[in-house]
Amino acid sequence: MMPSQILGKDRILEAVGLHVSFGTGALSTVAVDDVSFVIARGEAYGLIGESGCGKSTILRTIAGLVETYDGALLFGNRELPRKRDKDFFRRVQMVFQDPYGSLHPRKMVESVLAEPLAIHRFDNPRKRIDAVLEAVGLGPAFRFRYPHELSGGQRQRVAIARALVIEPEVLLLDEPTSALDVSVQAEILNLLKTLRRERNVTYFMVSHDIAVITHLCDRIAVMAEGRIIEEMTAADVRGGRAREPYTRTFLEASAGYVTAS
Amino acid sequence: MVKPLLEVEDLNISFHGGRGVTHAVRGVSFCIGREKVGIVGESGSGKSQTGRAMLRLTPKGADITAKKLSFDGIDLLAATEPEMRKIRGKRISMILQDPKFSLNPLMRVGQQIVEAYRVHTPSSKAEARDKAMAMLEAVNIRNPQRVFELLPHEVSGGMGQRIMIAMMLILEPDLIIADEPTSALDVTVRRQVLTILDELVTRRGAGLMFISHDLNLVADFCDRVLVMYAGRIVEDIPARDLRHAEHPYTRALLDSLPRLDRPVDMLTVPKRDPAWLTSPTIRRAST
Amino acid sequence: MADTITRPSSLSAWLREPVPTSSWQARAQQLWLSWGALRSNPSVMFGGTVIIIVTLLAVFAPLVATHDIYAQDLSIRLQKPSSVHWLGTDELGRDVYSRLIFGARITLYIAGLTAVIAAPIGLIVGTTAGYIGGWVDTVLMRIVDVFLAFPSLILALAFVAALGPGIENAIIAISLAAWPPIARLARAETLSIRKSDYIAAVRLQKASSLRIIFNHIMPMCIPSVIVRVTLNMAAIILTAAGLGFLGLGAQPPSPEWGTMLSSAREFIFTNGMIAAIPGTAILLVSLAFNLLGDGLRDMMDPRHG
Repeated sequence: MMPSQILGKDRILEAVGLHVSFGTGALSTVAVDDVSFVIARGEAYGLIGESGCGKSTILRTIAGLVETYDGALLFGNRELPRKRDKDFFRRVQMVFQDPYGSLHPRKMVESVLAEPLAIHRFDNPRKRIDAVLEAVGLGPAFRFRYPHELSGGQRQRVAIARALVIEPEVLLLDEPTSALDVSVQAEILNLLKTLRRERNVTYFMVSHDIAVITHLCDRIAVMAEGRIIEEMTAADVRGGRAREPYTRTFLEASAGYVTAS
Repeated sequence: MVKPLLEVEDLNISFHGGRGVTHAVRGVSFCIGREKVGIVGESGSGKSQTGRAMLRLTPKGADITAKKLSFDGIDLLAATEPEMRKIRGKRISMILQDPKFSLNPLMRVGQQIVEAYRVHTPSSKAEARDKAMAMLEAVNIRNPQRVFELLPHEVSGGMGQRIMIAMMLILEPDLIIADEPTSALDVTVRRQVLTILDELVTRRGAGLMFISHDLNLVADFCDRVLVMYAGRIVEDIPARDLRHAEHPYTRALLDSLPRLDRPVDMLTVPKRDPAWLTSPTIRRAST
Repeated sequence: MADTITRPSSLSAWLREPVPTSSWQARAQQLWLSWGALRSNPSVMFGGTVIIIVTLLAVFAPLVATHDIYAQDLSIRLQKPSSVHWLGTDELGRDVYSRLIFGARITLYIAGLTAVIAAPIGLIVGTTAGYIGGWVDTVLMRIVDVFLAFPSLILALAFVAALGPGIENAIIAISLAAWPPIARLARAETLSIRKSDYIAAVRLQKASSLRIIFNHIMPMCIPSVIVRVTLNMAAIILTAAGLGFLGLGAQPPSPEWGTMLSSAREFIFTNGMIAAIPGTAILLVSLAFNLLGDGLRDMMDPRHG
């Protein structure tokens, strides 16, 4: 589905000529170069590329962790201010790559989940915490656990619960399974799939693993050297219907060591 | 294969920690000849500890026992520390996941290869330098003169890993232990590095112990695969048969992978069976 | 440990329950685990025991002391230890043992109050500078640099000279010299903590900087600050004693250990005992704080372990 085809749909997130560079003068490097995309409400959009291609920078820029950029980011057809407001973070949340680094080591699960509720003044925190723990498959027994008592998969579930507890419309996923074992990866991918189905959350996912991203996303953008070089549907990826030579090389390399066998 | 290069029988590794004894590896037996053997498993399955035990690089406080742990007729458990130093690098070498941690950050990479060579082989500086250059070329580094003078932080991950391979292979070891050598690399770079490793290992007739968590990669790259679960080898299978493995754990791991060839709605999450902790290893000979 | 396993009381069962049912219980269980680790560390146990004993002696000084610490009796001056005067008497015939016990109050008062003043200031300045960065960081850290540029005893001397001698002024002076290293430490910790994903995650919840600093960064800095303060305690005690010895801290007839040492100096060759006693007390307590700090560092701060 190309941007033109998305016009009739409800756009939730859009980038127009996004440009991010780090450093100044001669030392500056361009991380993201004239990137545009449109994501419809309820869609799962994936960004794939090798390390240093700028995919994570795009994600962090949307999240407001990178504040200096050119071009525009639109959320619900309105341009986002450079300093994101509170309402934005009520509606957009992020899940980080490393579940060992994204949970505060000295905070128990309950306080991790209670904090966003307190900041955004939600009522009934107890009930909401129980409900979200249930939704991510952990159950109330985990309320009073510390991160060091949890496995990698359980931590990532807590991180997903933290993002979901304030019922956002968009979830930014930064390689949410790359630090996990394959069996745990399967658990988390199933969970993300179920949650999307149940809650109609829009996913924006970044990954270097083509199989993972194709499993979860409807549309996939291939990035190289700061640019989106090709947008494909999941079916295109599976069918190997790539237009750009880079994409073809990338798909072949991802398929395994010896592609022919 | 007349006599295997490495023979391991009933290897056990345990750690004595604050909370009692942890058994990392429990009764593992296998042989490696001049072939590429993959060891796959999830984190905590004991695959890395098994690899490290071959060089006696297990952390302090670990207790290693084995009925047999012999490399080319040398008993690795009985060898003295000076003997081990001779074996490490010269006869058995190890490639780790992140070259950044294995290279000396203050020394030019070429110099490090030269040093590695001269520690074990008496030779003149010029001779060692030529050898290092040739090795850098062998790992497909286009401009070895330039790379020789670089410092580790100036090289990319893929380049760093190739330098590590050059450094490890310059001594022409008989056995190479590679612990997740490509997991920090991008897919396109990964393929180049593996091709180089494959060529060098095959050409020199060395043995390779390839530790990885990536089943697809191991299935394609290795000759034989050992699947580890909870400190045991549950299956020993020719790599090309891996996709038709018998052990339920191996099967479950394969099924839990997202697939590119066809869409799967929900992935299968392995259900662990306590019987796997005691059931015998399923061994299928290569045909 | 052994008897709690064989005869589980309801408390230890509560502390061992695999699934805590309240945040209280979860916290108590964490404390219980840390206590287990503490107990197995000999230097923590030794240092901690000495400090607890000294604290108890100080708290119950009026009950433990045998004599009036101010009562002079020149007829019994400079006596050797005896059943009446356990540690002998000083140059004015006062009971050294009782003075030593009351002196512990002053030493702990100075050390405790300094810690209570210096640690929070250092922590707040350090974490704020580290988290907010920019010109706030520059200004705060230059102030810290200025304070660090003075040797602490000289800085203390200057303050005492300006404010006049006395315990309270000595405490202010020592605190002024004690907070900058803590601020440095807290800032360094904060710089690495602020880059972590868990801080990014709370920023994405639009938590205020104040909330992030107080709720998320400070709890991570506190262990190393506690270690630092404990290790500094020895230096603080020595500075306090030094000021007392120079006549700029506690004033006679106060039984502060440094002051006692100072007045015993004249008799050091004729009756070494009365100088050695407060000296040993200073040594023992600073050593105890050092051992406690070292042990705590081994446990809480694996980077130095």
